[in-house]
Amino acid sequence: MRTEVVVNKTKVALTQENRILTGAQAVVQAIIDEGSDLMFGYPGGAIMPVYDALYDVEDQLTHILTRHEQGAVHAAQGYARATGKVGICLATSGPGATNLITGIADAQIDSTPLVCITGQVHSHLLGSDAFQETDVIGISMPITKWNFQVTRAEEIPSAIAKAFYIARSGRPGPVLVDITKDAQFGSLEYVYKPFEGMRSYQPKPKLDLSAVRSAAQLINSAKKPLVLFGQGVILSNAEQEFKQFIEKSGIPSAWTIMGLSALDSDHYLNVGMLGMHGNYAPNKLTNECDVLIAVGMRFDDRVTGDLSRYAKQAKIIHIEIDPAEIDKNVKTDVAVLGDAKEALLELTEVIQLRDHSGWLKDFRNLESEEYDTVIREELNPSLDELTMGEVIQAINEKTNGDAIIVTDVGQHQMVSCRYAKFKKSKSFITSGGLGTMGFCLPAAIGAKMGQPLREVIAVIGDGGFQMTIQELGTIFQTKTPVKIVVLNNEFLGMVRQWQELFFEKRYASTTMVNPDFQTIVKGYGIEARKVTRREDLNSAVGEMIRHEGAYFLEVMVGKENNVFPMIETGASVSEIRLK
Amino acid sequence: MKNRYTISVFTEDRVGLLNRVTIIFTRRKINIESIAASESEVENVHRYTIVITETEDLVKKAVLQLEKQVEIIKAVYHLDEDIVYQEIALYKVPTDVLVAGKEAEKIVRAHYARVLSVESNFTVLEKTGHKEETQALFDELEPFGILEFVRSGRIAITKPMKTLTSIVEEMENHTK
Repeated sequence: MRTEVVVNKTKVALTQENRILTGAQAVVQAIIDEGSDLMFGYPGGAIMPVYDALYDVEDQLTHILTRHEQGAVHAAQGYARATGKVGICLATSGPGATNLITGIADAQIDSTPLVCITGQVHSHLLGSDAFQETDVIGISMPITKWNFQVTRAEEIPSAIAKAFYIARSGRPGPVLVDITKDAQFGSLEYVYKPFEGMRSYQPKPKLDLSAVRSAAQLINSAKKPLVLFGQGVILSNAEQEFKQFIEKSGIPSAWTIMGLSALDSDHYLNVGMLGMHGNYAPNKLTNECDVLIAVGMRFDDRVTGDLSRYAKQAKIIHIEIDPAEIDKNVKTDVAVLGDAKEALLELTEVIQLRDHSGWLKDFRNLESEEYDTVIREELNPSLDELTMGEVIQAINEKTNGDAIIVTDVGQHQMVSCRYAKFKKSKSFITSGGLGTMGFCLPAAIGAKMGQPLREVIAVIGDGGFQMTIQELGTIFQTKTPVKIVVLNNEFLGMVRQWQELFFEKRYASTTMVNPDFQTIVKGYGIEARKVTRREDLNSAVGEMIRHEGAYFLEVMVGKENNVFPMIETGASVSEIRLK
Repeated sequence: MKNRYTISVFTEDRVGLLNRVTIIFTRRKINIESIAASESEVENVHRYTIVITETEDLVKKAVLQLEKQVEIIKAVYHLDEDIVYQEIALYKVPTDVLVAGKEAEKIVRAHYARVLSVESNFTVLEKTGHKEETQALFDELEPFGILEFVRSGRIAITKPMKTLTSIVEEMENHTK
């Protein structure tokens, strides 16, 4: 292949083997060579050479201009979570780079593979407080899996290759490569070489078969085993292996919100959601099981409640790729270090076929208690006010559980986790660890771009919607057919719920006086509808799904509804309250 | 129970890595009592020696977080009895009070301190040893008026016999 590039204003004919590129051209070429064709970003002074290089390769590498760098990084996260590929975002130095920080922190805590590329001032200006100079390497250090500053053009291909390798391997995470403007302008002889690993980074621990056998022994002799699974199952593409493991062992399985959609919602061993607003049965019975098998999850405090009263009666098996997670929060009896897929394959080999239907029935009994106290009223309310749950149920019905649901953070998020139904993995995208309001809208855009053939529905509260509302502009410009459902209770609902329960209903700064979202959204050329009555809900959801372009559905829901069950802060999982 | 632990961190030679290391401690509100950075016996492998006083549980977790960092090859922690360690301290004292009377000479001899430099108005003494020992000399010299004092971070050699070379070789083989 022969290409022509402009180097120092001279046209040079180049061959594939020996190409002189500018640093900026090398950035985009390395991204293309890593197999990526989509990135999100926002231009500015210090990254302009890379944008200039992008102009020449628009047919190979699409750049989506968001309306804010936070939108770019969340979109990259949504793309990564929906596809399993590395999300890429591009920003300029200074404010451009700092605007990425929330999304990078979110990706770090939720193990999302991202490559973030930022422009930086000329290397001779580093440390001089130059215009739009900020120490993004220093700022991003605690929230990146790896970061690196490039000051010479010839470092670019290897830095980008290493960045992709680190982002996607092992326990994935965000990496940041900061490139000075002179490095972008410099030139180099470009040779693409994928990164092949380094001695100080061993992404996949070697599976210890004796640990697998010890785990199998515990599992084989368990009377009341319980499986907890998290995003590790999704990240290692272990959904099939996981299903085979639980089906052979017959063990009831509960999920963290990051693990949601890894197992079909209606699978006979799926016993629901763990944690603060999770289901009654798995939380209660965590403190009754005799063997607890955690797969690719990290015992977050929102999952465990009070650690000193968490599963103390149980033997704990932890299948985990990250050695730093072992014994971090919960002391394990058997640690199986390794990739979930490999570990589950080996484990399924050596466990015996079991039936735990008696134990499973304990879950179903508690489930019907939860149904009678909480779920029935949420899904079929006796009051006129619409509930969030019935909206999610309507979405389930109209999409047949095939959609990708993206959520923001708060009450609507917990309700979506609780009531949305899934048949396919990588179908639920939320900000789990960081709890980033404003995540949803841009993440949904990224998810839709990554999975254009799937229905992508953004479920957002009226608060979070306004945190990144500017990304409606991205939807308008790119005509991305995202379906947006705003559950409007004119409150910062989850904070209000806490104020009601723990702060004597002192509703400090949680009332939202909202603008007319319908008018705003229509200004962006998006079809919009508002539902205030139950009888309109199903037809509106149906209309939204049938609509070919982007669609905005605003549902006015009960202003002071609470999400239950709930484990209060400091309480034990078994103290989960139904009302 | 809190104990004094010495953590040895072996890293790739990379600008900014020390920041990554200290963040692991500061984020958990762990005070770094001393830190020393140098090369190791293996080319391109640097080592940091970090002293903290914490519970073993917390130290273990911090060490795992250290090892998780992409460019950190290995991190280990030891109690004082599992290492041979040393610090160095320098003392700048007025020359005139040192030469007036025999007291100062006795102190220097008793502590096996070395005289590094004698100027007309100040003398620099050096003492290597454990912190308690360098502190003892400090306490005795204090009445004479110490003009300047500095103590290095602890450096330590571990007693267990697994060599860094063999660890690095293992990791390099694992990568291949």
